[in-house]
Amino acid sequence: MALMKVKFDLKKRVKLAQFVWLMYWFSVMAGVLVFSMGLFFKIELRKRSEMMDNNESHFVPNLLIGVGLLACGINAMGGKICYDSLDPSKFSRWKPMLKPFLVSCVVFNCLLVLTALLCFLMRIPLQFTLAEGLKNALKFYKDTDTPGRCYMKRTLDQMQMEFRCCGNNNFRDWFEIQWVSNRYLDFSAKEVKDRIGSNVDGKYLMDAVPFSCCNPGSPRPCIQYQVTNNTAHYSYDHHTEDLNIWKRGCRDALISYYGGMMNSIGALVLLVTILEVIVMIGLQYVNTSLSNLANPEDPECESEGWILEKTVKETFTDIMDKMKAMSKGNAVDEAGVDGVATGS
Amino acid sequence: MVLMKMKFPFEKRMKLAQGLWLLSWMATLAGALTFTLGCFLKTELRRRAEVMDNTEIHAVPNTLMIVGLASLGINYFAGRMCQDALDAGRFPRWKTFLQPYWGVSLFFTLLMLSTVIMSYAMKGNLEWSLKIGLKNGIRFYKDTDTPGRCFQKQTIDRLQMEFQCCGNTDFKDWFEVQWISNRYLDFSSKEVKDRVKSNVDGRYLFDGVPFSCCNPSSPRPCIQDRLTNNSAHYNYEHQTEELNIYIRGCREALVNYYMGLMNTIGAAVLSIFLVQSSVLVSLRYLQTAMEAVAGQENTEIETEGYLLEKGVKETIMEYVTPVLVFLQLNQVGSEDAEAGETPAK
Repeated sequence: MALMKVKFDLKKRVKLAQFVWLMYWFSVMAGVLVFSMGLFFKIELRKRSEMMDNNESHFVPNLLIGVGLLACGINAMGGKICYDSLDPSKFSRWKPMLKPFLVSCVVFNCLLVLTALLCFLMRIPLQFTLAEGLKNALKFYKDTDTPGRCYMKRTLDQMQMEFRCCGNNNFRDWFEIQWVSNRYLDFSAKEVKDRIGSNVDGKYLMDAVPFSCCNPGSPRPCIQYQVTNNTAHYSYDHHTEDLNIWKRGCRDALISYYGGMMNSIGALVLLVTILEVIVMIGLQYVNTSLSNLANPEDPECESEGWILEKTVKETFTDIMDKMKAMSKGNAVDEAGVDGVATGS
Repeated sequence: MVLMKMKFPFEKRMKLAQGLWLLSWMATLAGALTFTLGCFLKTELRRRAEVMDNTEIHAVPNTLMIVGLASLGINYFAGRMCQDALDAGRFPRWKTFLQPYWGVSLFFTLLMLSTVIMSYAMKGNLEWSLKIGLKNGIRFYKDTDTPGRCFQKQTIDRLQMEFQCCGNTDFKDWFEVQWISNRYLDFSSKEVKDRVKSNVDGRYLFDGVPFSCCNPSSPRPCIQDRLTNNSAHYNYEHQTEELNIYIRGCREALVNYYMGLMNTIGAAVLSIFLVQSSVLVSLRYLQTAMEAVAGQENTEIETEGYLLEKGVKETIMEYVTPVLVFLQLNQVGSEDAEAGETPAK
């Protein structure tokens, strides 16, 4: 009992072939879209690569680029097959290749689903990468005279202004590191000596944040220094003041930015998968309807098309039997070789 | 004396009509592009409308949009006319339409050229508008509790960060304005009382700038207050320190930005003007060549096409004379009335 059998006359066959050909061209454009999304994602990751530690993985964008290119190739070929199916002589050239082509389409669709899944899951490794990378970025903020790190300050400042965030987890990360370079500290001043003496590592720590943490939406001019000291500023209570500096940490800000991007790309890849499944089913119908002409000489006769020749269960058991036969065949060969070897 | 006469055999007429049809479609797209450029420029001007005092500069994008829409119409009709030119029988029905058509299309084509000139001429106007707008913006920076002005602080801060500028002419503008609201000043402290007394208007003035003037490229953490006091900060000299805050004024930054935008748009509009003019010149040749064919039995004869039937001076006199006659009649009429009155006396 074939799966989803449909009767086709000539008109219906031609319409089916034209429809599937059109859908293949949409799929080629969808493949180009997936490729460009992968490229865009890769560029965005590289833009912020300074905020990530060195072993960030570009696997997902590379996979998207590869899948996009593969989709273009497969769909272009499928479109050509559909175009040729209207002419029986041309179609007979493609006939032997169709079954392996359809099997490769199935494998490709599984790859697409896997890609979409990876897009959704990439958030997790990204979180660890960013946590490590931002911690180092904050540490190197003051090293504007060290080659290789001299632009860290500018990058971090611009990122905090753009993403409206402050510090790694929150603004208190700035209190735990020395972000003012020793070149700008007057070591003869009492205040500086006190602060350096107050901790084990001899770092100049203070409850202050850089200017890039300031929120322009605050009604009062920005309070960057002595942020936790209520008496240092008139009419100020740091517990209730939430418009002064950005409260959110940059790790959260970057994760939600990249997470949103990856969710959209994952959803897009799922839609492309659905499109690919539809065109694959369409091609299978074209293939079976043209292969099962009741009278091969008469192109205008009726034919039947189906998705699977037997039911799903029977097809599955067939495949299992074939695989068992193949492995048994290997075993018999080996036994035969052994027998010959021992015999001689 | 006919202006720029050219001979048109049948083949050449056909080729002219076909070429013009293609050109008119390109010109239609160019007209749509002009409209889009006008919309884009208007959007950009509206985004910064809060720091501009008047909207006179909006004349440039408004004119561009009108010209874009008009050229869509002009080129559509040009295309229809040259489609009909291929058939000698259908062309004469456009005869009455052509006179007003020439008037309208010449007007809008010249308007396109004048838009480009206007965009350069209005630079002074834009600068003046920005000067006043920014001055007000900086004055009302502290009024975050006054309805209608409460977003002035955020606007100016974001502007300074985005355009990498500080103040109106330069950062010293902030020294002349009280930009900290009285709500956040402790009037019982000596320092505040001294500063408020030190000037006539009783304003709290000091040599500091808001955080949005800070330059992220500076190697040292931003110095915002006591900018002109070298001894207040370690290893600091304000005369040589260039990277600490933005040196450029926001007026200069915004004028440069908008002038750059208008230069690019002006160059595009100029090339669109050339395309449009060539459409009109070709259409004129086609019209005059087809007019000579009308009424003839053999439509495949060679005809002459020209731009103007008489010379430039004579054509101008032809249009201006009725106007002069009208004016003179008025004058003569008033003289007669005077002459009529005096003998009566």
